[in-house]
Amino acid sequence: MANKTEVNGHGGFPWKHLVGFVLSIVLTLFALWVALGTDLSLTWILIIIFGFAFLQAALQLLMFMHVTENSTNTKLTGRVQVGNILFAAFVAIVIVIGSVWVMTAGHAKHDKHDKPKTENRENHGGEHDSEEHGSH
Amino acid sequence: MKWDEFFVTGDPLIYGADVSIVLTMAGILFYMTRYKKWKWLWTEWLTTVDHKKLGIMYIVSAVLMLFRGGVDALLMRTQLAVPEAKFLDSQHYNEIFTTHGTIMIIFMAMPFLIGIINVVVPLQIGARDVAYPYLNAVSFWTFFIGAMLFNISFVIGGSPSAGWTSYMPLASNELSPGPGQNYYLWGLQIAGIGTLLTGINFLVTILKMRAPGMTLFRMPMFTWSSLVTMVIIIFAFPILTVALALMSFDRLFGSHFFTLQGEGMDMLWANLFWLWGHPEVYIVILPAFGIFSEIISTFSKKTLFGYKAMIWSMLLIAGYSFLVWVHHFFTMGSGAAVNSVFSITTMAIGIPTGVKIFNWLFTMYRGKIQFTTPMLWSLGFIVNFVVGGVTGVMLAMAAADYQYHNTYFLVSHFHYVLIAGTVFGCFAGLIYWYPKMFGYKLNERIGKWVFWLFTIGFNVCFMPQYFLGLDGMPRRVYTYSEESGWGPLNMLSTIGGFMMGIAFLVLVYNMYYSFRFAKRETTGDAWGGRTLEWSTPAAMPPFYNFAKIPEVTGLDHFWRQKQEGKVEKLTAKDIKKIHMPNNSGVPFIMGSFFFVLGFGFVFDWMWMAIIGLIGVIGTLIYRSFEYDDGYYVSVEEVIETEKISK
Ligand code: HEM
Ligand SMILES: [Cu+2]
Repeated sequence: MANKTEVNGHGGFPWKHLVGFVLSIVLTLFALWVALGTDLSLTWILIIIFGFAFLQAALQLLMFMHVTENSTNTKLTGRVQVGNILFAAFVAIVIVIGSVWVMTAGHAKHDKHDKPKTENRENHGGEHDSEEHGSH
Repeated sequence: MKWDEFFVTGDPLIYGADVSIVLTMAGILFYMTRYKKWKWLWTEWLTTVDHKKLGIMYIVSAVLMLFRGGVDALLMRTQLAVPEAKFLDSQHYNEIFTTHGTIMIIFMAMPFLIGIINVVVPLQIGARDVAYPYLNAVSFWTFFIGAMLFNISFVIGGSPSAGWTSYMPLASNELSPGPGQNYYLWGLQIAGIGTLLTGINFLVTILKMRAPGMTLFRMPMFTWSSLVTMVIIIFAFPILTVALALMSFDRLFGSHFFTLQGEGMDMLWANLFWLWGHPEVYIVILPAFGIFSEIISTFSKKTLFGYKAMIWSMLLIAGYSFLVWVHHFFTMGSGAAVNSVFSITTMAIGIPTGVKIFNWLFTMYRGKIQFTTPMLWSLGFIVNFVVGGVTGVMLAMAAADYQYHNTYFLVSHFHYVLIAGTVFGCFAGLIYWYPKMFGYKLNERIGKWVFWLFTIGFNVCFMPQYFLGLDGMPRRVYTYSEESGWGPLNMLSTIGGFMMGIAFLVLVYNMYYSFRFAKRETTGDAWGGRTLEWSTPAAMPPFYNFAKIPEVTGLDHFWRQKQEGKVEKLTAKDIKKIHMPNNSGVPFIMGSFFFVLGFGFVFDWMWMAIIGLIGVIGTLIYRSFEYDDGYYVSVEEVIETEKISK
């Protein structure tokens, strides 16, 4: 039955969660500071906050999401865990790489509205052989 | 903000709605007080954590939303019936197609299916409740509150009008000022929490709470389809959550994720929306596939043909569904390479779906088919869904899509899959499991009327739209000229729409009629079922579902037991005390705070949003310190319940 065995089975103070929580907040604030409070170049800001993002994702997987939990009592759980991680990786890669590709290919890159007009034209010239103009 | 800006004013239709809302409220208040039903409402429903009751509440809400969305639809069809009609103005029409689309998908289709999943899946896997019953109640209340928040928009503050897709920059502050678009953002955000929690809850339930002996490959097909759906929910909904949050930031706090200024990328919204949106269409179709599988197998008196092929094709769909999103905006101009790739993936995803159609046909082949109403809906599904599928493949060809895109061809296509797939599935499932929920069947004779009226009306309504689309009639237009020549087919379409409306009313009448007159079921096996939900001795399972958890030996376990004459009879010594979760009012209260929070954000009243937020966090903290271990149902009580119900 639901919660039959687990109800009070946690035991002890949830240090792991607390540390994970605090570290997540610290990393977020730090990223915010790097972006707003420093005058590094855009590239560096991006590199650093991406680094923090990966760190934080790893942290959350470790601290909250039981990624290391290894309940080998059934074969099923292990397989589910692996399948889960693989599928998550697949979806994440599709979202990120897919979006970048879709948003930068063809006419879509004109979305950078604030870019100077000339640069836009250049891009345009290089690409439009294969494309329709009707959609503009 | 002045009061006359707060309430929507100036339109007789809206005043009519105001009056009917007030009257309905007064009626309910009067009835509840007069017959002293408040306590009953609170203890039996508002605080329940029983998956069957939550399921019923989901379904009731979904039927109400079907009504609301249906009224929207008929208003639109009325306006379009003749050229240059003056019934709705353009702004009002925009608002109505936006609320219609959003309500039908988010607040009708999904909750209807989730409701059926709630009622049926724990029973099918031989469990006494879901893995997290309390969380299940939180899911329901966040969904319900999200839906209510979205629905009040048309009398308070004004409705969103940027389409259910809410493309930027149309949905930005500049082009959609006022609270309307915020309702969309917060209604969906709050309801989305509930959906995500449902995803996690049922994933764990199906993986962890199956009766002994029920291996994954012995699970009924509806349970399988639910499992795959939950996986898609878990991976797709976070995308929506993030996208909605970013747009909310743009609107409330002046950030530039999707805006035209400040190097925002307006098209990124469309990209993210459909990254969620395409998996979403599988979320609303896979459970329906599961329902049809159960029904077709039951009424053909045969095991499902190609059980494993069905499962693998669903798993394939789950993966593929994340690889096709660009087909919703081929015309955005991402170039030939992008369009070709997504054109091919889209056509490929049709293959596993095709496999399933053949599986259903082969299940029926040489079966002794009984033409009950659930079976009729399933047969109607196969025929009509194929029309939707074939036109889908036409739309998948990127080059051709430049012609079909944004026309009534598309409108007709997605109604053929959403209505003939999802809505037929919801109706079929509702009728099929109605005796499990209420202890009697819906009247079959009236049911057949509903089926034929609805199916014929559906085709009369949407078949002409394919031709209107090919003839160039664009989607989302509030009127068209006489010279266009679109008048006659539009009139036909409207007639069909009203036939569906009538069919819906007859369905509701059938609920009333059957409540009054239907013969009450005396066993738990109303249709000669195959799966565990039919094995309970009582028509409506008691709150603990199974007095003794069944031991499963294979697919269609209950059916084989019946064939071999080995259905177990319970004896007093089988009974042990049963552990059950306590009811709780906290999810309802948390939901109410979510409403305060959402309403505050909608009107940009931060003090109110903060109060709501504090309330939500407060209920979370309260729950964390609540040591509620549930309770035990005594052996005596179980014996008594089982005897009464025998
Ligand atoms: C009585 C049945 C129905 C009728 C007569 C109907 C009619 C319509 C009409 C007239 C439109 C607007 C077309 C336009 O102006 O572009 C529309 C849009 C839409 N409908 Fe339906 N509909 C029905 C049922 C449903 C159902 C059951 C669903 C989903 C489960 C649904 C989903 C949608 C969506 C997503 C849109 C697009 C909204 C938008 O453009 O933002 N409809 N429908
Ligand atoms: Cu799609």
